Amino acid sequence: MERIDRSARVRENFHQAKWDEPIIFELSTKGERGIQVPRAEAHIRDSVGDGISLLPSHMRRAVPPALPEISQPRVLRHYMRLSQETLGADVNIEIGQGTCTVKYSPKINEVLARLPQITELHPLQDPQTVQGILEIFHRTEGMLKEISGLERFTFQPGGGSQGIFAMASMAYKYFEDKGEEKVRDEIITTLYSHPSDAAAPSVKGYKIIHIPPDKDGYPDFEAFKMAVGERTAGFFVANPEDTGVYNSRILEFTTLIHENGGLCGYDQANANGLLGVTRAREAGFDMCFFNLHKTFSTPHGCGGPACGVTGVTKALEPHLPGPLIIKKEDNSFGFDTSFLTDPRSVGKVRSFYGVAPVVLKAYSWIMSLGAEGLYEVAKVAVLNNNYLYKKLMEIPCVDAPYIRGRQRIEQVRYTIERLTRETGITSGDIQRRMMDFGMHYWTSHHPYHIPEPITLEPTETPSRDDLDEYIATLKHVFQEAYDTPEIIRTAPHRSVCHQVDGSPSDDPDQWAITWRSYLRKTAAN
Amino acid sequence: MKRLGFIINPIAGLGGRVGLKGTDGMAEAAMALGGLPSAPQKGARALTGLAENRLGKEGVLLLTPPGVMGETMARAAGFSPCVADLDLAEKTSGADTIAAARKIKALGADLLLFAGGDGTARDICAALGESLPCIGIPAGVKIHSPVFARTPEAAGQLARLFLEGKSSRVCEQEVLDIDEQAYRTGRVSTKLFGYLKVPDERGCMQNRKAGTPISQKASQNLIGLAMIDAMEPDVFYLVGPGTTTRPILSNLNLGHTLLGVDVVQNRQMVKMDAAEKLILEIIKGHPFKIIVTPIGGQGYLFGRGNHQFSPEIIRQAGKQNIWVGATLEKIGSLKGEPFLVDTGDPDTDRMLAGYIRVVTGYRQEMIYPVV
Repeated sequence: MERIDRSARVRENFHQAKWDEPIIFELSTKGERGIQVPRAEAHIRDSVGDGISLLPSHMRRAVPPALPEISQPRVLRHYMRLSQETLGADVNIEIGQGTCTVKYSPKINEVLARLPQITELHPLQDPQTVQGILEIFHRTEGMLKEISGLERFTFQPGGGSQGIFAMASMAYKYFEDKGEEKVRDEIITTLYSHPSDAAAPSVKGYKIIHIPPDKDGYPDFEAFKMAVGERTAGFFVANPEDTGVYNSRILEFTTLIHENGGLCGYDQANANGLLGVTRAREAGFDMCFFNLHKTFSTPHGCGGPACGVTGVTKALEPHLPGPLIIKKEDNSFGFDTSFLTDPRSVGKVRSFYGVAPVVLKAYSWIMSLGAEGLYEVAKVAVLNNNYLYKKLMEIPCVDAPYIRGRQRIEQVRYTIERLTRETGITSGDIQRRMMDFGMHYWTSHHPYHIPEPITLEPTETPSRDDLDEYIATLKHVFQEAYDTPEIIRTAPHRSVCHQVDGSPSDDPDQWAITWRSYLRKTAAN
Repeated sequence: MKRLGFIINPIAGLGGRVGLKGTDGMAEAAMALGGLPSAPQKGARALTGLAENRLGKEGVLLLTPPGVMGETMARAAGFSPCVADLDLAEKTSGADTIAAARKIKALGADLLLFAGGDGTARDICAALGESLPCIGIPAGVKIHSPVFARTPEAAGQLARLFLEGKSSRVCEQEVLDIDEQAYRTGRVSTKLFGYLKVPDERGCMQNRKAGTPISQKASQNLIGLAMIDAMEPDVFYLVGPGTTTRPILSNLNLGHTLLGVDVVQNRQMVKMDAAEKLILEIIKGHPFKIIVTPIGGQGYLFGRGNHQFSPEIIRQAGKQNIWVGATLEKIGSLKGEPFLVDTGDPDTDRMLAGYIRVVTGYRQEMIYPVV
């Protein structure tokens, strides 16, 4: 019997599952149902009631919801098939999603979060009945205080952008308290900070001032000096920025803001390269937030439950959204509800006090690593990134603007402008072709300032073999661009679907985000 | 069947390798120096990108001038073109490009692909204005106008998407050209010659991270609204040329001139297309502000396409009374290079140098360097 050769790094025989699965509403057949649970016997009904009448009448539906009617195996088949048509973190080497920061999240933490003690919690339970999870919130806060150097955290924001929104709202309250909120209406950010650092304060009503990068990719300090003034409310910035360039002069920036009476907010959505190395406090920040899913492995929820845990210095504590979790004198845990009466608080930015399973997973991840482990995470994330950086820069058509020959932190924004010039193949084309080899390659390079960008961010979790496989696949596709460009232009060929027309996404008339609107908009056809 | 115009300026690019900075009026000199025509090959490369279209070679009818201006390369690429009935000069010139473009439009083209440089784009613009969508195949020495695709293949690919109906949006792009005569003597003098309608490449970009980044046009509109909000009573606003400044006027329900300076006060038009002398008369003793946008791809704030803003006017205004508007996309196209000024007066240039606030959206600005 012959052994099968598995030595090739590039998966040329890959083909993704393709099920041509209808929308679940299209599978509905009137009267078809799932597994029927037998009705309770009369004497049981008599003693416990029908269950439904326990609900207050205003909460009961008068008409049942218009759900699709399908048998259980067909439902299962449907979702199983859809799940096979993804290129998620458990299926591919997920380093092509720079700025999104997708690391492998140990399943043990998932197991803990799925214990009934967690899944059956309700945020309106009496605090006396949820002491355990409150203690976990409290302990996690303690660890985040140590990691950042800041003094109080709220778990309420449901993600990074909401964390930034909370920071902008607190800045507003801070200046309202001083009677300066009308004058200080500008938030400064940098071009390569995450776009949410501009978008969220803009939602709060702030005017946004962008600082462009200088020749080395650092925020232009001269431009910054011109931006700072009596109208400055704050400076919201990521460091390192999405180019992986770390601004080691950050203290000069934050000092200048403080000299002008402003506040500094640190976007630490991704702190993978920073854990145990540098802290928000020492860099001169008054506020910061972490995305628990990016750094603390909770993991990414695809827009699902997340936590943009946000911290502040002592001076800003009265402005935090509430309720905060406190440890009382009798060592029990409860809520600080002073936000209800203190006009200095921003109130709430979201319901309740944070997504409990997410906080539990972060707690478990931090506890499993310890302080030394966190520092090692940072070192390995930076090592992985710089290994990838070195290998990719050896490919002639790849370049990375700024600070040549020097280390990056946890990600790099590359450019394949030369490849595009020589072959006409763009970064978007490469993205589609990478799918043919089972590799995810994302296009989150906003603000598209670097031409034909690729943003890669390995984090600490891929092995060297994983990195080599990704590099080999990229090289293979780049070579195809020179040899057989048409195969790339018309890609993907082995994915769930072929090229789709993206232009309707610019046309609201062609958006159908619910089944009902799809029916309505196609009714004339 | 889709009809695609295809014009090659066969002498485009000749002057490049032999260091002539362009080929306008210099074709023979370039040939004598050993310049080789590269436009036909670049045109052919665009056709290979196009040939893969779903309609097939039979689904697209190429409309092309005879011989070297298109027919030869179209046939070589396997198309059976409809050849326009034209008498071309033996040594083709801009006049032939203009005649060919007009003829092709008359034949009912849906789109025009042309291979050349800025000079060719000028001729196409003179012939067609904004009456027919066009895509430039970069083949000339000077490629400053943003009407050109990044590569010949990309031009073909974009044409394909447009003809297949996958990218139906068009936007106006500037036709810029420098005065080659002056450039050869070491002076750069760019002019804005008009606009061409170009399929919006962004419309066919796929797989965005989330939502839809707002279009260039929407961003320009927001810049216009921000500036209108900031307008003060009785102040004269001198609105310079460009697609970025146009929404200021359109949102005030005022007309605009394509390449001129329009003067607005109290939301009313005072004077359209005002020349320098008239501007000086209007602003005499009155507060006023200048509104400009950098020239796309180059970044000139003054001295290119808006000479009406003389050093005298700029000095009177002072740096603090100059409003600059540019979308983040436009700033990105400068690839980190600063804004440039060339007013003709070194002192005025020095006054403008340093950093300037640029309106990039509604309540959104950037501090950007000026050299």
